Amino acid sequence: MASYAGELSTEVAPAVRVRSLHRSFNEAGGVLNGLDLDIAPGEFVALLGRSGSGKSTLLRSLAGLDRGVAGTGVIEVPEKVSVVFQDSRLLPWKRVLDNVTLGLRAGDAADRGRQALAEVGLAGREKAWPHELSGGEQQRASLARSLVRDPELLLADEPFGALDALTRIRMHTLLRKLCEVHQPAVLLVTHDVDEAIVLADRVIVLDGGVVRHDARVELDGRRSQADPAFARLRARLLTELGVEDDHDAPGRHLDRAVERAAS
Amino acid sequence: MTTLTGNLSAPTRALAEAEDVRPTRRRLGPGEPIRFGGLIGIAALLLAWVVGSATGVLDPRTLTEPWTVVQTAGTLIENGRLQESLVTSGIRAALGLGLGVLVGTVLALVSGLSRIGESFIDGPIQVKRSIPTLALIPLLILWLGIGEPMKVITIALAVFVPIYIHTHNGLRTIEGRYAELAETLGVTRGEFVRHVVLPGAMPGFLLGLRFAVTSSLLALVVVEVINATSGIGHMITLASNYGQTDIIVVGLVVYALLGVTADAVVRLIERKALSWRRTLAS
Repeated sequence: MASYAGELSTEVAPAVRVRSLHRSFNEAGGVLNGLDLDIAPGEFVALLGRSGSGKSTLLRSLAGLDRGVAGTGVIEVPEKVSVVFQDSRLLPWKRVLDNVTLGLRAGDAADRGRQALAEVGLAGREKAWPHELSGGEQQRASLARSLVRDPELLLADEPFGALDALTRIRMHTLLRKLCEVHQPAVLLVTHDVDEAIVLADRVIVLDGGVVRHDARVELDGRRSQADPAFARLRARLLTELGVEDDHDAPGRHLDRAVERAAS
Repeated sequence: MTTLTGNLSAPTRALAEAEDVRPTRRRLGPGEPIRFGGLIGIAALLLAWVVGSATGVLDPRTLTEPWTVVQTAGTLIENGRLQESLVTSGIRAALGLGLGVLVGTVLALVSGLSRIGESFIDGPIQVKRSIPTLALIPLLILWLGIGEPMKVITIALAVFVPIYIHTHNGLRTIEGRYAELAETLGVTRGEFVRHVVLPGAMPGFLLGLRFAVTSSLLALVVVEVINATSGIGHMITLASNYGQTDIIVVGLVVYALLGVTADAVVRLIERKALSWRRTLAS
C-alpha cells in the first residue's frame, strides 16, 4: 500500500496533499495525529472510520472550516473546492435555482444553474421552494449547487446518510455518472462500507487519527455485491473497522471458533 | 351500455340504502368554525348600543346615540376637521414608525453581525427596554419642547425597541450551518448579509413590526392627548372639555380603524415576504 501511494505521487501532482496533519479539540488528545494523504486529480476516495476516528475533522480541515481548532501540518487543496453536507443545506427562503447559483458571479449563472439542475434530474423544478422537494431531491439540488462551480475537489460528508435505502442507491448511480462527466477529485466520508466500495476508486480507513488502511478498489464494470471480490474487500474493510460481520457465510462461524481456540 | 346499467343498478341502490351504523362519541372540542364568527360579537355590541340608546337606558350624556355619532362624523368630514386631524395623526405615526423601524433595524444588524457592536449596543437597549417610553415624555418635553419633533421621537422610541429585540433575535437564531455553507460557497460579506442574514431575520423583523405598530399607536394617543394643537387626540381632548361624547366616539373609531389598517398592512407584507414559509403551513 505504501508503495502504491509512492507510485502515484511520481506519476502526477496530487490534487490534495496532506502532510503530518495534527488536530485536537482539547488537551486530552488529538483527533488527527500526523495524518498523510494524497488524492490524485479525478480520483474518488472514500473515507471510512468509526465514530470519532477523525473523518469529519479531516474533511472540515480540507474544506477550511476548522477555524479555531488547534493543530499543525500542511494542507494543499485546489482552488475550487465544493462541499456537500449531510443535510442538503438549501436556504429555505430561496427558490431552488437561486440556491444553486448562490454566490456564483458569472454572467450566465442562471443558465448554468438550470443546466446543473437538469444534470441531476431536477429540470423544471427551478422555481420550487426547497421544502417542496423530497429528501433525495434536496440532496440532488445540493449536488447541483456543488457541481455548477466546476470543483476540482468535491468534499462530501455522509451526503446520503439521511436518505432512505432506495433513494440512496439512485443517488449512488447519479453521483458516479456526475463524477465521470466532471472528473473532480472526491473525498467522500461515509459509514457505509458498501457505499464506499460501490463508489470509490480507493477506500481509506481512518483510525486513531491516522490512515490505517488504504485499499484500491479493483472491481471492473458494474460493482455487484454478488461479486466474490466485492465480498472479500468488504470483509477486509469491516475487519479494519473492528466489526465482526455475523450474518455472512455459514462457514465463518466455524472459522472463528477455530481462531478463538487457537488463540 | 344498457346491459351495464342493468348490472350496475343493483349495487347503486344498495349504496343509497346502505346503513350507516357506527359508534359515536360526544364531542368535547369546540367543533366546526362559524362563518364570519369574528363579526358576530361586534354586531351584538352595536345592537346593544342601538337598543340601549333607543330605549333610553343609555343616557346620551354617557354615550351618544349611534345615529348622532354617524351624523357627527358626517359633519366632521364635511367641514374637513376629521380628514385634517387624520392626516396630521397619520403623518405623525408614520414618521415615528419609520424612524423607529430604521433605527431599530440598523442597530439590530450592527449588534447581530459583530461582537463589538453587540457589546456596545445590546446593553443600553436592554436598559432602555425596562424604562417605559411614556415615562421619558417629561424629559423629552424639556429637551425638545412640545412641537412635532418631540412627538415623532417619542413614537420612534416606543417603536425601535420591539423592532430591535425581535430582529436581533431573528438574526441570532439563523442557524450557523447556513453561515458555514456561505463560507464554502465563497460569498462576500455583502452577499452573505443580502442572501442569508436579511431573509433569515425577516420572520423576527416582521413579528417585531407588528408589536411596533401597536406601540406606535399607543405612543401616538399619549403624545396627542397630553399636548397637541392638532390631530385626532387633540380633537378628542377638546371634545372632552365640552362634553361632546359623539366626537370622542368618532375619534376612537378612527383610532381603531388606524390600528386595524396598520395590522392588515403588516400581515400583507408578512404574507408576501414569507411566502416560502406560508406554503409550508398550508
